[in-house]
Amino acid sequence: MATFKEALQRMLSLFRKREQDVELDQEMQSHLEFAVEENLRAGMTQVEARRRAMVQFGGVQQARERQREARGLPWLEILIQDLKFTFRTLRRDRAFAAIAIVILGLGIGANIAVFSVVDTVLLRPLPFPNSGQLVRIVTKNPKSGESSKTYSADATEEFQQRNRSFQDVTGYFAFSSDENLKLVTTGQPLPVTGLMVMGNFFKTLDVQPVLGRLFTPDECVRNSRAVTLLSYAFWKRHFGGDPAIVGQAINLSGTPTTVVGVLPETFDFGSVFSPGSKVDLFTPVVMENIRFQGNTLALTGRLKPGVTVPQAQAEADLLFPKLDFIVTHQYKPDYTAKLSTLKDYVTGKLRRSLIVLWCAVGVILLIVCVNLCNLLLARAAARSKEFALRSALGAGRIRLLRQLLTEAIVLAGGGAALGLGIAYAITAWLANQGSIALPLLSSVRVDHTALAWTLAIALLTAVLFGLAPAWKISHEHLVDALKDSGHGSSAGRNHERMRSMLVISEVALACVLLVGAGLLLHSFLRVLDVDLGFEPSRAAAIQVDYDDHHDADTRSAIWQNIVHRVEAIPGVETVGLSDNLPLSRNRSWGISAKGKTYQKGELQGTFVYVISPGYLKSIGMRLIKGRDISWDDGPKSQAVVIINETVARRLWPGEDAVGRIASINGNDALVIGVIADVKESDLEGNGGWEMYLPATQAGPDGANLVIRTTLPPDTLASAVMGTLRQINPAQPATEFRTIQQLVDHAVSPRRFFVVLVSVFAVLGLVLAALGIYGVISYSVTQKTQEIGIRMALGATQGRVQIDVLTKTLQMVLLGAAVGVVVSLGISQLIATLLFGTSASDPATFAGMMLLLGVVAFIAGYIPARRASQINPSIALRNN
Amino acid sequence: MSSKLDLLQGTLDVMVLQTLATIGSMHGYGVARRIEQVSGDEVLLNQGTIYASLVRLQQRGWISATWGTSDNNRKAKYYAITASGRKQLAKDSAYWHRLSKVMDRVLTMPLEGGL
Repeated sequence: MATFKEALQRMLSLFRKREQDVELDQEMQSHLEFAVEENLRAGMTQVEARRRAMVQFGGVQQARERQREARGLPWLEILIQDLKFTFRTLRRDRAFAAIAIVILGLGIGANIAVFSVVDTVLLRPLPFPNSGQLVRIVTKNPKSGESSKTYSADATEEFQQRNRSFQDVTGYFAFSSDENLKLVTTGQPLPVTGLMVMGNFFKTLDVQPVLGRLFTPDECVRNSRAVTLLSYAFWKRHFGGDPAIVGQAINLSGTPTTVVGVLPETFDFGSVFSPGSKVDLFTPVVMENIRFQGNTLALTGRLKPGVTVPQAQAEADLLFPKLDFIVTHQYKPDYTAKLSTLKDYVTGKLRRSLIVLWCAVGVILLIVCVNLCNLLLARAAARSKEFALRSALGAGRIRLLRQLLTEAIVLAGGGAALGLGIAYAITAWLANQGSIALPLLSSVRVDHTALAWTLAIALLTAVLFGLAPAWKISHEHLVDALKDSGHGSSAGRNHERMRSMLVISEVALACVLLVGAGLLLHSFLRVLDVDLGFEPSRAAAIQVDYDDHHDADTRSAIWQNIVHRVEAIPGVETVGLSDNLPLSRNRSWGISAKGKTYQKGELQGTFVYVISPGYLKSIGMRLIKGRDISWDDGPKSQAVVIINETVARRLWPGEDAVGRIASINGNDALVIGVIADVKESDLEGNGGWEMYLPATQAGPDGANLVIRTTLPPDTLASAVMGTLRQINPAQPATEFRTIQQLVDHAVSPRRFFVVLVSVFAVLGLVLAALGIYGVISYSVTQKTQEIGIRMALGATQGRVQIDVLTKTLQMVLLGAAVGVVVSLGISQLIATLLFGTSASDPATFAGMMLLLGVVAFIAGYIPARRASQINPSIALRNN
Repeated sequence: MSSKLDLLQGTLDVMVLQTLATIGSMHGYGVARRIEQVSGDEVLLNQGTIYASLVRLQQRGWISATWGTSDNNRKAKYYAITASGRKQLAKDSAYWHRLSKVMDRVLTMPLEGGL
């Protein structure tokens, strides 16, 4: 109780300082008077009585200090004093403070932002309860896109029943495309993205709806009433967050569908399972409907408590090869399963990139610290007399150190505040980059972990850049410092040597960053340079809605009509339709040469595209041999197929494939053309097996209209939509996308990293340049007199410039040499992130060194020029 | 001077409490003089240091202070011990008695051979 009371009193006394001081002075005053009186009574003279009283009392000032210490919080008072003094000094030195805080803000901001991304993607568990139990199940060696990562309905159900490792196994239909449904309201039909999930999908993930309920088993069977769950964002956007929507029916592509619930805001399907896409609503997958559609389900399971991934993997290795494709057909497709935690599956590929990014910002922070260390050293040199004076006046060494550290912490605090602002801006921007195909990006934010990280970083930087100058100053000899006028004395030299070392390390660090960024940039350019097999410029695509009642003749007529009508729009060159576009959704079937027998593993899933005549030309795929399909390849004529070079080479090695008969899912088709390989799933891999079938002979899975134009594609959007509406008033307002957007989306993760790393490298370079400039400029100022004398003795301007530049280049060369050696080591670590670029690519190294050299030269040239313009007579008169 | 006792940390506070408990309300000078007299001028006391002790005891709520006037009409701050101060004093004096007894016994230990 007493201690609490005391603490409170001590705190209060901070605010009553003056009052209490006055009271104490009065008290001590009367104390002395009592003493003098008593001494007088004892017979002393007035003077003697007063002297004795003073002696008995002891030091008045000491008594005052001790009383203050006893009543208040001395450490806090000293801190406040230091802070006040710091603010006064920094206000006087505004330019220095501003530069320091901006540099720190950039360094700390970059660190928090990247930490937030790393934390969200790598460190934090997925946003599901007990997410460590969630396991993604995919084929061991997927060669042909989604079809080879998925399983059939029967296989899924068999595995569900037979396994003993999982609490639950669930899946979603992996082949639905964006904007695959239309919401029919009173106005224009609205394109929405729906995803079919198995009935137990949300239960397995342990996602609870914020409104309503999840699907019930009887809603997942054939001919049950249609139901849907809305995503939170879609509910907010299109139903204004109206809770009354639950229980109502909405018209989805003509089917009245009852909304049974709304999913929570935290559940973002796209960010976990399909980065870069968004799903508006979910419907139950009816297993009966997909039983004969082949491999369609992407599986995820929840392990039983205590079961490890390797245990489940061992069981899966036994079970999967025995699973049926379709139970009644007794055909075993030799399924395999690779189990990995959902977290690993989603973020595993990013681990290295993110760690590289994290290291890059770490290096930036180091450069920032070195830079500030440098700035503070320069200041310390200028202030060494001030400190010597203060220490001569009785300030203890610890007290001076404390003052310097306080300054550093105040600067770091300012930098951290600015950095937080920057980080908030960056993360807010990142979270809204739906087009970047990186998982979990939408949930990136600066949270309390990031705030703790900020605090740690700020303190660390403060100590790092605050301690060196503090140490330096506190070890300086007092008398020397008082005598040192700062020109060419040994203490000055010492400062300079330390600062040169700092600049050299800064240059080395910047060099490492530059080389890393250069290699990644080079790779990125290489990726952009790959032969896509199609021509994205001046081509665009839009999803088309039509109803052919599953009749090939009707479809043929509708498609022909669309192609002819859209072709008539001015500016349109060619038009074609395809169910799937490259670099987006894909599916695969089997193809083989008729009459040949193949060994296991010789064939592989072949990407299948169902197209119209003119599609190949519109998207810019190159027909190497044979002909395009034509409208004459009708439902009743000879079945035809166009294959890519890879298929031609593998099925008919050394022969001409055109004119051969292929067997596609057991049906014969005449090969009429061969096209150059297309990058169908990503830019960096090799093309797979591809085939193109006419829509008049095979069933397309939706339709994308592809238009090649002579105009910028965007200008045609409204004309094309207008025409589509004329043909089909129910055409929803689907997105008019350029083909370039598909490519951009595919390279977005790489672009994301390259842009960030490059920005950091430039930041590092600028900071290093600032460091060089600071040191050279300072040394020129210090040597004004010396230079003046030399010029008076006949040194030319050019000579002075060369001397200063030589010093600059010495530092840069040393730094670059260290940097190159370190880079050679580090670039091996990022080798797996490179594409078409060697980790020790000489061109990149040379280019970056050149860049570094030029920037360093400029940083050194400015002070060199100033040095050469020193007027000897003025320089000699000064000081 | 070197023959006088240097005060141990915390002892001054006990002396002040005991003084106020015996003589009732008193100002700082009076307390300091009283301690000097009772100790037989054995204690090395810069009278000024009494004020740190007084403010500390006051903040702990063991003594109270009011401005008053002395016999010879001088304004001075008068300190008096509070109820919780008396409790504290009882605790402290018991402690000091025990400690001094122990110290006394230890220091007057007769010499013994071996262990």
